Amino acid sequence: MSPMARTAPVPAATDPALIRNFCIIAHIDHGKSTLADRMLQYTGVVKSRDMKAQYLDRMDIERERGITIKSQAVRMPWELDGISYALNMIDTPGHVDFTYEVSRSLAACEGAVLLVDAAQGIEAQTLANLYLAMENNLNIIPVLNKIDLPAAQPEKYAAELANLIGGDPEDVLRVSGKTGVGVEALLDKIVRDLPAPVGDPDGPARAMIFDSVYDTYRGVVTYVRVVDGMLHPRERIQMMSTRATHELLEIGVSSPEPTPTKGLGVGEVGYLITGVKDVRQSKVGDTVTNMAKPASESLAGYADAKPMVFSGLYPLDGTDYPVLRDALEKLMLNDAALVYEPETSAALGFGFRVGFLGLLHLEITRERLEREYNLDLISTAPNVEYEVTLEDKRVVHVTNPSEYPTGKIAEVREPMVSATILAPNEFVGAIMELCQSRRGVMGGMDYLSEDRVEIRYRLPLAEIVFDFFDILKSKTRGYGSLDWKADGDQVADLVKVDIMLQGEQVDAFSAITHREKAYAYGVMMTSKLRELIPRQQFEVPIQAAIGSRIIARESIRAIRKDVLAKCYGGDITRKRKLLEKQKEGKKRMKMVGRVEVPQEAFIAALTTDESKDKAKK
Amino acid sequence: MPSVLPLGDPAPADGLLPPQVLDGVDSRRFGLYVHIPFCAVRCGYCDFNTYTATELGGGASQDAYASTAISEVEFAVQAMDASGLPRRPLSTVFFGGGTPTLLPAEDLARILTAAVGHWGLEDGAEVTTEANPDSVTPESLQLLAEAGFTRISFGMQSAVPHVLKVLDRTHTPSRVPMVVQWARDAGLAVSLDLIYGTPGESMADWQTSLETALSYEPDHISAYALIVEEGTKLAAQIRRGEVPGIDDDDHAAKYELADQLISAAGLDWYEVSNWSRTPEQACRHNLAYWRGDDWWGIGPGAHSHMGGVRWWNVKHPTAYAGRLGSGASPAAGRETLDAATREVERIMLEARLGTGLHVDALDKVGRHAVAGLIADGLVEPAAAFQGRLVLTIKGRLLADAVVRRILPD
Repeated sequence: MSPMARTAPVPAATDPALIRNFCIIAHIDHGKSTLADRMLQYTGVVKSRDMKAQYLDRMDIERERGITIKSQAVRMPWELDGISYALNMIDTPGHVDFTYEVSRSLAACEGAVLLVDAAQGIEAQTLANLYLAMENNLNIIPVLNKIDLPAAQPEKYAAELANLIGGDPEDVLRVSGKTGVGVEALLDKIVRDLPAPVGDPDGPARAMIFDSVYDTYRGVVTYVRVVDGMLHPRERIQMMSTRATHELLEIGVSSPEPTPTKGLGVGEVGYLITGVKDVRQSKVGDTVTNMAKPASESLAGYADAKPMVFSGLYPLDGTDYPVLRDALEKLMLNDAALVYEPETSAALGFGFRVGFLGLLHLEITRERLEREYNLDLISTAPNVEYEVTLEDKRVVHVTNPSEYPTGKIAEVREPMVSATILAPNEFVGAIMELCQSRRGVMGGMDYLSEDRVEIRYRLPLAEIVFDFFDILKSKTRGYGSLDWKADGDQVADLVKVDIMLQGEQVDAFSAITHREKAYAYGVMMTSKLRELIPRQQFEVPIQAAIGSRIIARESIRAIRKDVLAKCYGGDITRKRKLLEKQKEGKKRMKMVGRVEVPQEAFIAALTTDESKDKAKK
Repeated sequence: MPSVLPLGDPAPADGLLPPQVLDGVDSRRFGLYVHIPFCAVRCGYCDFNTYTATELGGGASQDAYASTAISEVEFAVQAMDASGLPRRPLSTVFFGGGTPTLLPAEDLARILTAAVGHWGLEDGAEVTTEANPDSVTPESLQLLAEAGFTRISFGMQSAVPHVLKVLDRTHTPSRVPMVVQWARDAGLAVSLDLIYGTPGESMADWQTSLETALSYEPDHISAYALIVEEGTKLAAQIRRGEVPGIDDDDHAAKYELADQLISAAGLDWYEVSNWSRTPEQACRHNLAYWRGDDWWGIGPGAHSHMGGVRWWNVKHPTAYAGRLGSGASPAAGRETLDAATREVERIMLEARLGTGLHVDALDKVGRHAVAGLIADGLVEPAAAFQGRLVLTIKGRLLADAVVRRILPD
C-alpha cells in the first residue's frame, strides 16, 4: 500500500515528468463521482471529515440527478516508490449533449480511466467517449467499479473491456468507489502507466481552455492545461480565437479549493481569473497565450459550440417575461452553448427561441430556469434547424415551424446524426424497427460480447429529438443506451403541418415533418386537442393542414348547459364566489381567436405521452 | 340550503347592521324566509340543512321549533329597530325546508302570526309554504289559508315511480292531483316543483312528468336540474357506479323540452327555472332574491340580505336554538358588499330574469359584449335594441357563461 504523499510537488515549479493528467470516462450512474471522492480522500486533499457525497458536483441539479454537467480539475499529490507526483484529475461531463466539451477535456489529458459498472457493462456514451479518447491517443486504464455489488459480473465485463481496447482481461482493475477497495492500486497504476506531459518550457505560452465557469463573486473562472511555456499572475494574456486580451488577475490550482500559485508550467492544469463576466470571452477549446510573447499557432481542435435543438420557452404567466429574460441572460454567462432570441407566439405570447446542444441540455436549462428563477414555463416541441432553398435560390434557415417559408420551395435539407446504440442482443429487432420507423439507415452492427451488440444508424436529428430515447428505453426494458453526433445533412421531403382552431392557426402546434408522417401528426394532434380543450359556447372545428389542404379534422361540440339551476334559499354568496372563481379561471386561459384554451391543454399537447408518464413517477 | 356555509366575516352577537343598510331602504321590499329543518326521510340527492330525527334537544325539537323560530323573529325585530331600520310591512313570506308541512299547521300559523304581529303584512302580500304531497290534509290546508297563507308549492319532482325511487321520494304520484284540488278548495294558489335529469330518467319519463304536472293546471311551475352535491347519498351511489352519472347535454335537452311544453300550456318563464301562468302569479319571494330586495331568513342555516349585507345562521338546529336561548344572534358569518360587488351580484342575478337586465347598467366591456351575445344567439335582439338584455332559451342554458362575458374584467 502506498502512503499518502508526505510532500506535494509545488505548482509552477513541478517537473513535467512528475505530472500525470487523466480523466475518468464513465456512464451517468457508474460511480465516477464516488470514485473521484475516494481519490480526494486517499490523497489527502479533502479531509475525511469534510467529505460530502460527490464533492465535485456543485450544482443541486447535478447532485440530484447524479450527473456531472460541468467539469473541474483537481490536483492531488500521490507518492510512489518514494517520489511525490502531482496528479491532475480532469472531470468530464457525462452526457451525449456535451461531446465537444468532453473532447476538450480529453485533449487536456495523457490518459483516461475507463470506468464501467461491474453489474451493467459499458454504455453507448461511454463507448463513444472511449473511441474519442483512443482517437486522441490517450492511454486507457480499464477499471470495473462497484465490485462489491452482489449483481457484479467482473469476469464477463472484464472480457468485454479487454475485447474493446485490446489486452488481457486480467489487466482490468477492480475497484469499489464505495468501500475504497482497489483505489490506491488505481492511483499507483495512473502514475506508472500514464505518460508524463511533454511540451516546450521555453516556447511562447500556449494553454488550452477545457472549461469555463461563471462564478458570482469572481467572474469567469477558466480552466486550462498548459502545453508550452508558462503563465504568470499579472501578465496580459490573449485569447487566440478572438484576439481579446485580459489581465491575469489570479492563477492557481484546485486542490480541490482554489489555491493561487506563482504560475503554471508545462503540463500543469489550473485556473485563470481575468475579471471577465461572460464565458463567451473564454471559450472552451480556445488557446491562451502571452500577449507580450504570443504564440504564432493556436492549439488544434477549437470549434464553436453549435446549437442543434431549438425550442420556444414561454412564461405561463405573461408578466414573468422580464424575469425569464433576466434569467436567460444570467444562465448565458455560464453556458457558452446557450443561444436565444426573443420570439412572439400568437398563442403563447412573448417568449424566447432558445438553441441547445441537445435534449438533455434543454431539459437541464428549463429545470434550472424553473427552479432557480421560480418560473413556470411552457416549452414548445423541440425543432432542429432546416435549410430551406426557395426556387429563387434564396436560402432560409428555419428553427421554428412558424418561420417556414410559404413560397415555392426547391429543396429542404435536414441535419443528420450518426447514432450508436448499445443493448443486449435480444432487443436488436425492436431497435431496428424503431430506427427504421424514424427514417434511419443502418451503418453496421458489432458484438461487444456474446450477448451485447453495438448498432450504428444514420438518422435525421429531428427524428431523435422528441421521444426517441424514451421509446428506446422502453423497448429495451431500460438496457438500451444511445450516443449520437452530428453527421452532415440530407435532402428530405418535408412539409409544414399547421393546426387550426376554428380556422385560426395555432403557431405553437405547427410542426415540420416528413411528408409521410404529416397525416399521423395531424391526426394525433387534432384528436389530442379534442380531448384537451373544454367545450365552448360554439362548435370548434380542429383541423390539421398542409398549406391549404386539410389532412385531418375533429370537432369539439358546443357546450349546451352552463347555468346553476337555483340559488339555495337565497345563498347568493356561494353563487357569486363560484362566479368569481370561474372569472379567475378565465384569466388563465389563452385566447385563440374566440376559443379559450387552458394552459394545461398547451402543456399537455406539447408533451409526449412518455414524458408525461415520466412526470407522474 | 347547501350543507356548507360560505366563508365570511364574523357576525356581531347583537345582530346590529351597519348604517349602509339604511341607504335606499324605501325602494326595497321586505320579506321573510322561514326555514323548517325537518323531513320524514332524507332524500338521496338532498344536501339541504334538514334533519329526520324527531327529537333534537334544547329547543331544537320539532315540538319546540315554532317557539325557537318566533324567538328569532323577535331578535330580528329588535336588531332591525336598533339599527334604525323602519318597520316595513312584509311583502312576501316563504316557508321552506326541509318539509315545512311536517310541523303541525298550527305551528306554521303561529310563526306567521308572530311575524305579522310585529311587521304587518302588505295588501296582497304573498305567503307561501313548500309542502310534500304526503304531509297535507284538506284540514291542514284550510287552516293555513285561514292563517294568511296564499300559496303552496308542492314537491312533486316527478310523475314516474322509478325516478321518484332514485330520488328517495316517498309520495305516491296519484296523491298529487288530490292535494292540488284540496289546495284549490282552500283558496291557495298552487305551484308544482319538478326535478329533471335524475339518473335513469329517460326523455319519455321527463315528458310524462311534465305532461302530468301540466294536466293539473298549476299556476306556477319550477323545474330544477338535479345537482349532485358532494357528500350526498346520491353522489356516493354515482361514484360507486350504482346509478349512472348526470349529463349536461341531457339536462339541456330536458330543459328545452320543459320550456316547450310549459310554454305551450300557457305559462311563461320569468326566471331561468320558473314559469307562471300570469306575471302576477310569479313567485314574488323568489324574485326578491334575484332583485336584491331585503329579507330576513329565520332558522338554522338560513341566509339573509339587507341592503348589501348578507349573513347566514349557524347550521345545526341545536346550536341555533342555543344561540337564541342565550339572547345572541344565531348568525355564523356575514359579508358587507362594496359597491362593485353589489353591481356584480346585480348583473349576475338580474340576467336570469325574464324582464332582463338594463344594458345601461353594464360597463364598457359588458356593453361591448352584447353584439357578440346576439350573434351567438344568446340574447333576444329586439329586447337588446330596446336596452334590455333578455336571454334566449339557448342563453338561459348558458346563463352563467353569459354573465361571465358581460361582467367587468
